[in-house]
Amino acid sequence: MEKKIITLRVNKQDYELYINPKTLLVEAIRDYIGLTGTKRGCETVSCGACSVLVGDLAVKACSVLAMQCDGMEITTSEGLEDNGKLAPIQKAFLDEGAYQCGFCTSGMLMTTSGLLKENANPTKQEVKEAIEGNICRCTGYNSIVRAVERVAKGMYKEESL
Amino acid sequence: MTTTSLAKEKLHVINTHVHNIDGIAKVTGRATYSFDVKLPGMLYGKILRSPHPHAKIINIDASKALALHGVKAVVTGKDTLGVKQGIWRRYSELCDEQILPVEKVRYIGEPVAAVAAITEEIAEAALDLIEVEYEVLEGVYEPYEAMKKEAPEIHEGVERNINVTRHIEWGDVETGFEQADYIREDHFFCGGQAHMCMETRSAVASYTPEGKLTIYHSNQSAYYMQALMAGVLGMKEGNVRVIAQYVGGGFGGKFELDGAIFTSCILSMKLHRPVKVIYTREEDFIATKRRTPMHYWVRTGIKKDGTFCAREARVVSNGGAYTGMGATALYLTGFFHSFPYRWENYRYDGYRVYTNTLPSTSMRGFGAPQAMFCSEQQLEWIAADLGLDPIEMRRKNGHYAGYEVPGQAFIASCGLDEAFTVMKEWIAKKGKLPANRGIGFSAAGFMSGGIFNWFDTPYSFSSAVVTINQDATVELHIGATEIGQGSNTTMAIIAAETLGVKVEDIKVHSGDTDHCPADLGAWGSRQTLMTGNATKRACEDAKAQLLEFAYAKMGLNIVYDLDIKDRWVHIVARPERGMPFDELVTIALRGKDGQRIIGRGFYTPHRKGMISPAYSYMLQGVEVDIDPETGKIELLDSLTAHDCGQPINHLGLIGQLEGAFSMAAGYGYLEYMPYEDGKLMNPNLVDYKMIRATEMPETPIHDIDTYEPEGPYGAKEAGEGLTNPTAAAIGNAIFHALGVQMKECPIRPHMIVDALKEKAEKEKAGK
Repeated sequence: MEKKIITLRVNKQDYELYINPKTLLVEAIRDYIGLTGTKRGCETVSCGACSVLVGDLAVKACSVLAMQCDGMEITTSEGLEDNGKLAPIQKAFLDEGAYQCGFCTSGMLMTTSGLLKENANPTKQEVKEAIEGNICRCTGYNSIVRAVERVAKGMYKEESL
Repeated sequence: MTTTSLAKEKLHVINTHVHNIDGIAKVTGRATYSFDVKLPGMLYGKILRSPHPHAKIINIDASKALALHGVKAVVTGKDTLGVKQGIWRRYSELCDEQILPVEKVRYIGEPVAAVAAITEEIAEAALDLIEVEYEVLEGVYEPYEAMKKEAPEIHEGVERNINVTRHIEWGDVETGFEQADYIREDHFFCGGQAHMCMETRSAVASYTPEGKLTIYHSNQSAYYMQALMAGVLGMKEGNVRVIAQYVGGGFGGKFELDGAIFTSCILSMKLHRPVKVIYTREEDFIATKRRTPMHYWVRTGIKKDGTFCAREARVVSNGGAYTGMGATALYLTGFFHSFPYRWENYRYDGYRVYTNTLPSTSMRGFGAPQAMFCSEQQLEWIAADLGLDPIEMRRKNGHYAGYEVPGQAFIASCGLDEAFTVMKEWIAKKGKLPANRGIGFSAAGFMSGGIFNWFDTPYSFSSAVVTINQDATVELHIGATEIGQGSNTTMAIIAAETLGVKVEDIKVHSGDTDHCPADLGAWGSRQTLMTGNATKRACEDAKAQLLEFAYAKMGLNIVYDLDIKDRWVHIVARPERGMPFDELVTIALRGKDGQRIIGRGFYTPHRKGMISPAYSYMLQGVEVDIDPETGKIELLDSLTAHDCGQPINHLGLIGQLEGAFSMAAGYGYLEYMPYEDGKLMNPNLVDYKMIRATEMPETPIHDIDTYEPEGPYGAKEAGEGLTNPTAAAIGNAIFHALGVQMKECPIRPHMIVDALKEKAEKEKAGK
């Protein structure tokens, strides 16, 4: 297949890529751009480890082609912080110990970030439903839910301004 | 055990709210796993796997694959030394696995050849071009079939395919049963379970012309990998460096050699270039190892008043194609089946049988979840049969501090009694439940590291080296492997507490065999106690050296004690008198003619019986709702009562217990591995069901305060043991909700529907 030139705007930086049109977004991010915070855990769109934000929407980066995101704004876990200053959701993950091995963490951060953009004050059930497509084998999820609740309660508001 | 208030140290760091020391790396995407490693000039490897469960390899022709543009090498068993390896190194007959077999394959998915190419796509395409000629042999998949005289021989000379037998016995079982008023026996089956680490097996190997091999590998014991790889490659251990800095989960599945590390090394040695091999999720399901499936037969004798008289159990386990850690699982299931009770008479016989299926091995709980599923459900049914209170019956026979498991183990700390009280209150508060809803609980205990040395290491089980820098920062070198359980943080906390500094003063170096002392690694819940003791001793050594200078400088009466807390060196009786820690370091450096202060510590258990230096105790309660039409199980609530001695890392403990619950609950009713003619039918995350966020109930934890004298600051195991009781607790909840006895795990919906049907028919016939 003929290769194409596309532009992905990842974490506020434009990357011009010359890629095979079949390349998945996750491959573009990891293998072409070299941002390895985004992980892969399956081949069946089942684990959520590769979740990123496309615009404000949490998307599993193995479920879309890089081509489909040409010109779009993409945020990965590396893009959450602002020059070393952690985002509220990152602080909340630290405070709740909402990660262990860390391999699902980037995906969890992006999925919950997407949720909070859509719904700043989700119920516990809404948080659980939002991360239902993300597998964490270590934590049992409840600490992740508590972390999102912390952010929703505005516990990091002053610091993040 | 209690200490007087004068002697008791006030803890400053331990059990406080501390962030994981690698937390920022993990929440910012900076943590780099073997999965992410990319080296200059790196090639990509792929593994060709056997489609047959049992077959002789007649010929492998790789010429077409080698002709494909971009393919750099193809290796087969003939390119290796053909060493039969295993983790039970002391027992050559249990070293039975060639990772690239030379003569025959014994399960579907076993590696047959490996390709290195300039891209992963080319390597994958090359696999299709390798021509393998097999002579297909008859396969056997179930242990009872494999034990038959006429069954095919899986390993040459292994009679009836019996791989390992284990016998545990104390007391006089026959006499015990004679004393019993009531005897009950049941058959159970506990299935396998996939470790399902989020990071699949991943390795990057780089062999250089100096004859040195560097391996980035996702594992639970960098030292084991170093030693095992040196063995199969005929190299000196010192020339093999294994790095496992960030590991995406282990759960008992990553401390044996796997195809990723083995083939990446073989290919890299052939090509003198770095080679990366990562497993797909499907490969991780079909070609790693799994929790050991076990057929259990349990016979229990008890008096009318609830006194336990005798227990006898027999296990036949499906070993799959190779031994792995399965031999240990076979032993530990038999030992922990007796837990947490004082059986005066106990006998266990275990048989591990080879079959042509995925090898089985250790997985979180190490045989004990299977043991408890059978034991704790049968005890519940016995209590119901005899009209006894299931909590009081268990409490009456429970372990206590000071008890000795005859000839096996000494229990120095035990919070079981309080756990029963907590559980009783929780259940009472729930009151009367609506129809189809039930509460069940299960007790369990677990070890804090194993005493056995089948690996035959000449080193201490754990070692630590601590170095004090001139600016009073601290380097801690340990061989422990951080796999997400938080061991680096635990050791940093222990070091900070012991040296009297802050957690942020400690830099932990682990998971790199070139720079860290040998340590058996992260399995069997051993690191908190064993590496923790080594770390504490190393810090005490360094601290004693420093305090010599403080005593000299301060010119104190010899009866005064000095200590360091929060970076302040002071007289214990007069804490305001002292000096800053960094000032003492400067003095000590000068006094030692510039030599750094280096403390060394090690730990190997001695005189602690045969199993473990210390035991944790726990009760897991669950409330479930079952739809009787469909058999669907919903977890509504839970309670964990847990004794891990002195908790070290508060946040880490909660995370470990919640995580153990989710994995154990998954084993109880979701995680099912069906095989047909040796083929796993659901090797993907769509069809292999596990607990997701919406299935998790609330997980309140009641921590029971005990002090374990053998552990660092009184600590013992947490996080693995809680995998043990949950499947049984779910079974017991179903029993109380519906009156049916579930004898197979995972408990699947159709089994509940069938059991209800059977129950209804029986009741009809009875009327």
